[in-house]
Amino acid sequence: MGDLIQTIIAKYNYWIYITLMMIGLYAMIAKNNLVKKIVGMGIFQTAIILFYVSIGAKRGATIPILEHGHGEQGHEISSHMVHAVDYINPLPHVLMLTAIVVAVATLGVALALAIRVYNRYNTLEEDEILEQIREK
Amino acid sequence: MSQQYPALIVIVPLLAAFIISAAGWVNKRLCFPVAVAALSVATYSSIGLLLRVLDQGVVLYKLGGWDPPWGIAYYVDHLNGLVLVVVSAVALINLIASKKIIEQEFPEKTGPFYTLYVLMVTGLLGIVVTGDAFNLYVLLEIASLTGYGLLAMGGGRGPLAALNYLYMGTIGACFYLLGIGYLYIVTGSLNMVDIAGILPSLYQSKAVLTAFIICMVGVWLKMAFFPLHAWLPNAYTYAPSASSSLIAPLMTKVMIYVMIRLILTVFTPQFSFTILAVNESIVWLAVIAIVMGAVLALAERNLKKMLTYIIIAEVGYMVGGAWLGNRAGMTGAILHIVNDALMTLCVFLVVGNIVYKIKGYAFDDLKGLFRKMPFTMGAFVVGALSIIGVPPTCGFFSKWYLISGGIAAGHYGFVAALLFSSLVNVVLFFRIIELGYFEPFSDHHGHNHHPEPIDEAPLSMLVPLIIVAAGLVVVGMYTGDIVTRIIDFAIPAGIV
Repeated sequence: MGDLIQTIIAKYNYWIYITLMMIGLYAMIAKNNLVKKIVGMGIFQTAIILFYVSIGAKRGATIPILEHGHGEQGHEISSHMVHAVDYINPLPHVLMLTAIVVAVATLGVALALAIRVYNRYNTLEEDEILEQIREK
Repeated sequence: MSQQYPALIVIVPLLAAFIISAAGWVNKRLCFPVAVAALSVATYSSIGLLLRVLDQGVVLYKLGGWDPPWGIAYYVDHLNGLVLVVVSAVALINLIASKKIIEQEFPEKTGPFYTLYVLMVTGLLGIVVTGDAFNLYVLLEIASLTGYGLLAMGGGRGPLAALNYLYMGTIGACFYLLGIGYLYIVTGSLNMVDIAGILPSLYQSKAVLTAFIICMVGVWLKMAFFPLHAWLPNAYTYAPSASSSLIAPLMTKVMIYVMIRLILTVFTPQFSFTILAVNESIVWLAVIAIVMGAVLALAERNLKKMLTYIIIAEVGYMVGGAWLGNRAGMTGAILHIVNDALMTLCVFLVVGNIVYKIKGYAFDDLKGLFRKMPFTMGAFVVGALSIIGVPPTCGFFSKWYLISGGIAAGHYGFVAALLFSSLVNVVLFFRIIELGYFEPFSDHHGHNHHPEPIDEAPLSMLVPLIIVAAGLVVVGMYTGDIVTRIIDFAIPAGIV
């Protein structure tokens, strides 16, 4: 039992992202309202964004900018050896900028489609829409 | 100039999409020529690129001059060279063939339609040409988002079906992204070739296994592999004809290309086939997909919806063929990407022509069509024969490779499923041919008109259709060349 708690605490970021992802997935599967499903989709995407951000973070590290850049003092770099441990990894964060843009675009398209659906059926509840389709 | 082909394939349609969008405000008539010009350049570059690959081997293009593990590299070998030509040619032919029906179905929105169309082709070509796993995700989302728009444009039940597709498609793309995240954790790289170089020492890692499974599930969702197929039939059926004849041939096929690329390049056949040893079960999944696709197609009384279930069965063919894990199966799967794109294009263009003239595609609308639209239905028969797998059409040859792959792997369930699906296809298509040939034409008011004059679709729709139908036979004739000159080089020597 103690081991299990240790594992959970040591890798808590993974547990958080999986929990969030499952909440989002649950909303997409179980909710009846189309907009609630879209919200679930947003949570699902955010969970993955958080996952990426968390793998780039590091305790006690700083932003990845070299104080003594290259150039004339190039020979000094050897005295200021770059310790990768001291810097966070910026790449996953940069990737997530793109993923956030994608998520926003998806949200936009989804809401636009929801408006079209609402205009046609006058409701966003899935069961009512299906009923209307069946009646025809 | 020819050095820049890999970049031109993506950049020209991308910029053209913006130009079309702007031109739509000035004069709607400008949109179509710009779209055709952009896709022609893309097709020309793809063909040039394939010829260069055949001549000199793999082409590596560094975007912005950055070296591969750091910058994004476009990596074109025999496999994606071939798929690029298919994607760009199918998109171009469909664009020309669909001009009239686009103007008929939504005269007010031609500008936005062409914008989305060209942008979607950009995404599809980008997915195929890129050598960077994350770049693939971004382009995948470009193709998907524009695809949702295109599918929803028809109105009616289209937006609801597209919204359901969007939910599933987003989960699929997110799973792929998550899988790439796991790969990034263990390898620290996003370049496919680079990842493949780092992975061998990590093959026993649980993270790599998880990455593989999650990526595969994501890609399967996107290609509508059987238990994950529920979004496809409605989304494609209620879409406008021009969108479905673009997306039905290309989207699923491009995702199958992604799956094969993951198996062959990123994870390497050694990991995918030998270490994981899940071939057997995945091929059984494909067997279920083929059988269920065929059975569900039998239950439909609507031409377009029936064709969508046939697509689901065809996805099963290709997934099964790729996972047989031998050379014949993989050859069959890659060849079937080419053939199925053409066959699906052919039958969906026929649906477009029927919709243009009859305004419907239920079975009852098809009565007496052979007399009314002889050329369209003639092309339909060629497409049908190819899907059934009758020589000399191309469908026969890929099925032949798939079946011989199944026998070589000793997987007789797969062979039986392929034969079963071919027999069901015979029933499906001959039922339609019978309706079209023997039943008298009746209009929507139930009046029977006996001697129906020929009333064909306009030439601009008919000529591309006949070219595609002829293409089915020509590709069938040249199958030997395609296999020995292109596909043999696309499959690594490790697969026997």
